[in-house]
Parts: sequence; C-alpha cells; structure tokens
Amino acid sequence: MAITVQIPTALRRHTAGVGSIACAATNLGELFSVLDEKFPDLKPHLRDETGQVRRFLNIYVNEEDIRFLGGPAYIFTDGDEVLLVPSIAGGAS
Amino acid sequence: MSNYEGHYELRCRECGRSWGNQPRSICDECFSPLEITYDYDAIRASIAQGTFSRERIAQRPPNMWRYAELLPLPAGFKPRLPVGFTPLFQAPRLAERLAGTSDAKTAGQNLYLKNDAVCLPTLSFKDRVVAVALAQAQAFGFDTVACSSTGNLANAVAAHAARLGLKAWIFIPSDLEPAKILGTQVFGANVVRIAGNYDQVNRLCSQIAEERRWGFVNVNLRPYYAEGSKTVGFEIAEQLGWRLPDNVVVPMAGGSLITKIKKAFDELVKLGFVEEKPVKFFGAQATGCSPISTAVKTGSAEIDPQKPATIARSLAIGNPADGHYAIKTIKHSGGWSEDVSDPQVIDSIRLLAETEGVFTETAGGVTVGTAGKLYRQDRILPEETTVLCITGNGLKTTDVLAGVYEAERAIAPKLAEFEKYLEETLDTIEVAKEAVATVGV
Repeated sequence: MAITVQIPTALRRHTAGVGSIACAATNLGELFSVLDEKFPDLKPHLRDETGQVRRFLNIYVNEEDIRFLGGPAYIFTDGDEVLLVPSIAGGAS
Repeated sequence: MSNYEGHYELRCRECGRSWGNQPRSICDECFSPLEITYDYDAIRASIAQGTFSRERIAQRPPNMWRYAELLPLPAGFKPRLPVGFTPLFQAPRLAERLAGTSDAKTAGQNLYLKNDAVCLPTLSFKDRVVAVALAQAQAFGFDTVACSSTGNLANAVAAHAARLGLKAWIFIPSDLEPAKILGTQVFGANVVRIAGNYDQVNRLCSQIAEERRWGFVNVNLRPYYAEGSKTVGFEIAEQLGWRLPDNVVVPMAGGSLITKIKKAFDELVKLGFVEEKPVKFFGAQATGCSPISTAVKTGSAEIDPQKPATIARSLAIGNPADGHYAIKTIKHSGGWSEDVSDPQVIDSIRLLAETEGVFTETAGGVTVGTAGKLYRQDRILPEETTVLCITGNGLKTTDVLAGVYEAERAIAPKLAEFEKYLEETLDTIEVAKEAVATVGV
C-alpha cells in the first residue's frame, strides 16, 4: 500500500526542497513518524511540544479535512493523497 | 496620501520574526500567521508635528483613506476609489423590538447601526479589505489578483481590479447566490465555480497560490488585506464623537473582522485619539455554521470545524482561519457569541428592513438576530452604547426571501377598483391580526 504526501512550499526548506513523498503509513501517527525520520527538521513545524498537530496546519486526505474523517483514527487506503496546507489567518494583536 | 512605507512590516504573530514587506502570510520559521505591525513612535511623531490628528482627519475626504497613517499603504499611494466612511446611525425602532418595550426609549438612544450595506463600490465591507490588498498588489508588481470567496469578496475584488486595470481570477463555491455570481462576472473577472464548499475552495486557492504568481488577496496578501477591516473600527469611534462604544456585535465568517475592529480601537487608545474603556465584543454566526460561537459557548479555545449548512452563505466558513483569534478577542473582552437559525435570519432581515429601512443580506440578519438574543440574555443592556455591524446588502441575497412575499395581483387603473382592493386588503390584515391575537403569539 502506498500513499503520497504533498508538502507545501513554506515547509520545503526543512525537506531539502522535496515537495512530495510516497510512503506506506497507515494512519496519521505513522505518517508523522515517517516524516520525522526522513526530515528531522520538519518535526517541530508539524506538531507542538505536546505532540498535537499545530494550530495553523490543516491536513487533507483526497480533498477532505482529516478531522471529518476521524483524525488520527483514520486508516489510509491505497492511493490516498495527503495534503499539508497552512491555515491562512490574519492574526490580531 | 501616505508616506508611511517603512513604518509597517510583517511580523510573525507567534514567534515575532520580522518579514519586511512582501506577499506572504505565513512564517516559515513556525508556520504561524503574519500580521502587520506599525512603528507607532513614527506615527506619534506625526501627531506631535500636527500632521495627524482628529482635526486633520476631520478635514480629509469622507472615506477610509482618512486613516492612511494606520493602514499598510505603499509610498506615494493615491486612492482611486472613495471606499468606506459608511453611515453610523441610531436605530430606535429596532431597539424597541430587540430590547423590549419597557426599556425601549433608553435602548433607542444607545443602539447604532454601522451600515456597510452601502459601502462603495460593491455594497459590502469587503470593499475596505480589497482596497488595501490591491494597493499592495500593485506595489508588489502583480498583474493578476485572485481570491476565494463566499460572494462579497468576489464582487469587491472583481470591481476594484477592473478599476485598476488588473486581471482577476475569482474562485467561488458553485452554490453561491446568483446575484453574487452575476455581480462578479459583470466586472469582467474570470469566475471559477468549484463543486465544493468555501473551505474546499480556500484550500484549493492555497495550492494555486503556490503555483502561480498571482496576488491572492486572502492568501499571500492576507496580512495587508485584513488591515482594511480596521477602518470599520476607526469610523465607529470617529462617528460616535471620538469615543468607543460599550458593545460591538460583529458577524463572523473567517473571524478576522472582529479581531481587527478590536485592533483599531486599541490603536486609537494607544495614540490618544479616544479614551480607554472596556469594549465587549460579541460574535454572530448562523447555527448551521457556528464553529466560533460553539467554541465560545463551550469554553473551548480551539475551533472544531463544521460542514456548513445555512442560507447565510457569506458566513459559511466551517474552518475559520482566524477562529482562534476571534475566540480570544471575545473572551478577553468579556463578550459572548451566539448563533441563530435560518428562519430567524429571515425574520431578522425583515425586522431590520421594517423598522429602520435597511435591507441587509443574510449576514446582517445573523447580526440582528444575535443582537436580539444578547438583549434577551441581558448580555447587552439598553443603557449601553451598542453598535451592530451590518456588513452586506440585501439586494445580493434576495433568493432567500423567495416565497416570503406573495406577488400582488394587478388591478385596473380605476379609483373604484382601488377602493375595493383597499377594503379587501384591510379586511385581510384585520383577519390576520385577529388570528394572531387568538393564538396569543
């Protein structure tokens, strides 16, 4: 089984410019482990100190927000395309 | 008008890193949003020199550019559209209905409408944000601008781009109100209808923005764009006689507007333009898409995204990008957030129109309906100065009122015919009144 993961430009300086990888992760936890191993510098940009997905990172599976699919409980299926997309917020002082 | 380039820059909201001025909305260091920060000492210097003051502002043309010093505008920027400075006025007849008759007089003196349903050129507050975003788009050398939109932004980007001679690509959910689609196409913009909801359109635009050198007003130009919302707050304060209200009720989609009105008030306090006072911020959503109000009511600091299902399509953002900050703004101010059902939205559109002569779109119905709830909950008191932000025009969402009004039958152009018609009509009204009295509604 293989899924592909698309990495946004904003994070590619932590992946030596790699924009897409294929892997065999079966869930979000495994996917993060694969990314941690391949791109150690990326880790703090995806999850906070408590291991939670960062607030401004959205994860989509085949165009659907993974939170609507069960989040960490979702089991990837062959051919799934995972998108990491920054949440564009304006912020406020 | 502005010579303030260099007096503002992008800074990461979370880690504080500076990014200068460029089309960018995310910090590469921590993936957090960027925001415009200003060199307030430089602005204070212009106040000391007498070039920026309440009096100077009052002498400037009645549009949002009168606050240029507090906007991120390129050096030498010359505004080409008189955007903003929409009316702020008392709403006594609406207040009577929202606050109840016992406090009607007091509430009537203290309830105000900020009416961006007549903001130029496209009749919504989005003209403000687009005006700032496109000023920067030109400065950054973009020849094409774009956006994801629930409708009002689409209209605004298309119109402003036409005025400035820029190409426009507009991405919208395919089920948008027909008037909002037409009101985009008419300006010659390229409209791309996406078979999905706004959150999916927005995600797609984030991806397109990575591939094309386009100025997406709410992606790579978003920090500049969002600052335009502050002008709602500046105007409210100035139009109240340079004072802050007690309460502001703001419709929430992405959640940005409410945070920027707060930023505007804070800046006016910081610069000594108004006296400091507590202002409560109240957020309004439709129940069918209420991720922010749900979080506020359940005490959560984070957004749990929803699939939108509401007629208030301009507010139908299930994963609001600024939701976290909107929650913070509301909670820290001592305010609250409520949501109203679709039938309440329609009733509230009609109530506002029938009491104050203001025809707002669904978002305005959400705001008015929410304000009614807040009065009934005693979260807003009649003696408090309260401003309702009406952000869009009802002529854009007439489809939601389909079936509410019967088409009147035509009568012959004869006086006798009219007298007969009048008698029948009055009879019908009397019967309806009696029916209402009987069921005790």
